[in-house]
Amino acid sequence: MAIFAARLEQNASKPQHIHLFMNWFSKFLTSSLGQKVVMALSGIFLMLFLVVHLIGNLQLLKDDGGAAFNQYAYFMTHWPPIKMISYLLYATILLHAWQGLLLWQANKAARGAARYAVNHVRSNERASRSMAWLGIIILIFIVLHMYQFWFQMHWGPIPYLEYDNYDHPVRDIYTLVAATYTNLGYVLFYIICMAVVGYHLWHGFWSSFQTLGLGSNRYSGLIKTIGMLYAVAVPLLFALIPALMYFM
Amino acid sequence: MKLTLKIWRQGGKYKGEFVTYQLNDVNEHMSFLEMLDVLNEQLVHQREEPVAFEHDCREGICGTCSLVIDGRAHGPMKGTTTCQVHMRHYKDGDTIVIEPFRARAFPVIKDLVVDRSSFDRIIQSGGYVSVNTGQAQDANNIPIGKDVAGKSFDAAACIGCGACVAACPNASAMLFTSAKISHLALLPQGQVERKQRVLDMVAQMDLEGFGKCSNVTACEAECPKEISVENIARMNREYMAASFTAEKV
Repeated sequence: MAIFAARLEQNASKPQHIHLFMNWFSKFLTSSLGQKVVMALSGIFLMLFLVVHLIGNLQLLKDDGGAAFNQYAYFMTHWPPIKMISYLLYATILLHAWQGLLLWQANKAARGAARYAVNHVRSNERASRSMAWLGIIILIFIVLHMYQFWFQMHWGPIPYLEYDNYDHPVRDIYTLVAATYTNLGYVLFYIICMAVVGYHLWHGFWSSFQTLGLGSNRYSGLIKTIGMLYAVAVPLLFALIPALMYFM
Repeated sequence: MKLTLKIWRQGGKYKGEFVTYQLNDVNEHMSFLEMLDVLNEQLVHQREEPVAFEHDCREGICGTCSLVIDGRAHGPMKGTTTCQVHMRHYKDGDTIVIEPFRARAFPVIKDLVVDRSSFDRIIQSGGYVSVNTGQAQDANNIPIGKDVAGKSFDAAACIGCGACVAACPNASAMLFTSAKISHLALLPQGQVERKQRVLDMVAQMDLEGFGKCSNVTACEAECPKEISVENIARMNREYMAASFTAEKV
């Protein structure tokens, strides 16, 4: 009875329904399965973003001196809904990285201090064992990538160009990108990082859906096939852009 | 055949180290555990402490035997418990490394014996169904479709040996827990506690300090009963549904 009274008192400070919601929701999010769901949902959002980003980047290959790409970049940085989504995107990248590192740490601890002298992990998902390392490389890539383009675009000395269908000048991001990819080192770094992204997604795509409970027999074949196609095609197309720009 | 065994010894005079033993007359018809029995007889004759290892039915159905043999839980063969491994799979002059299952939630008690009571506590937290007392029900009182019965039985085939934890790079118990949840969630008899069961069993699994699934699927590959990771997907579905819709909070 005393415990019950104490509980009532403790709950009295918050409206009851909020307390109950926070109770089960935080329990869900901090459970092992909930943490995996966070990884899966954020991962799927990032994979959707990559497709949009790729479609935008493909404008770089249009033979119009960068007009299509510059206007696309203007649209992406000025239309409010897209801006809102971009903030969500930055938060998602941080969340995915942070939650991933926490899981990595927890899993290393769960293995215990003693290691196997002989260890043959039999797995069809080889990439699954390197997700943390691949993720860290990708995070470093994102930081550099954002400094090179995102930071320069917002605060760097970018010249403006006039376009007929715009009543104001538009930043010439195309020239910045084209100049960056005259450097062979950057091109190679970019291509290597895209290979890392591909390997991360080789496991990550299917793994996300498996975590969300869609990896059962009815869907797993389809999801695995789409995942493999995605993990090869998307990074390959991304990598082709700087490679082609370098040789053009 | 002659064999060299490198066996993990822990407890008593051993601080936790590999000790090498020679066996000179191993018969190919022996099971792996019988080979260890021979070693222990030899050790007793030499007035040494025999190697502690777990075994019970020796028929591959009880889940008591364990061992990581040359880096593989339950030895080199697919879908086989340690007690069903026979020495015909080895040849003269082989060296075999034998270790206990390793995980934070499976502390070593002695030599090759680990404490798997964490699995018992996961079962206690939800691995039961409510039934009426009185006369036993007729076996066919509740009709169950073949597909569902089959899936449930596939999950129920789990013998709770812990090979999934031993094989998982994260020492995750999700294959075991998901098999137990699937087994009951699929059947009409398991519906009463369905939501609370998955919430409680996952909570207990987390409490025991097991790792979190990275979908490596090594558990499925090493499971002596070949339990599918499809069960982990089902547990995830059950857990999400229960978290969002369970009445009790």
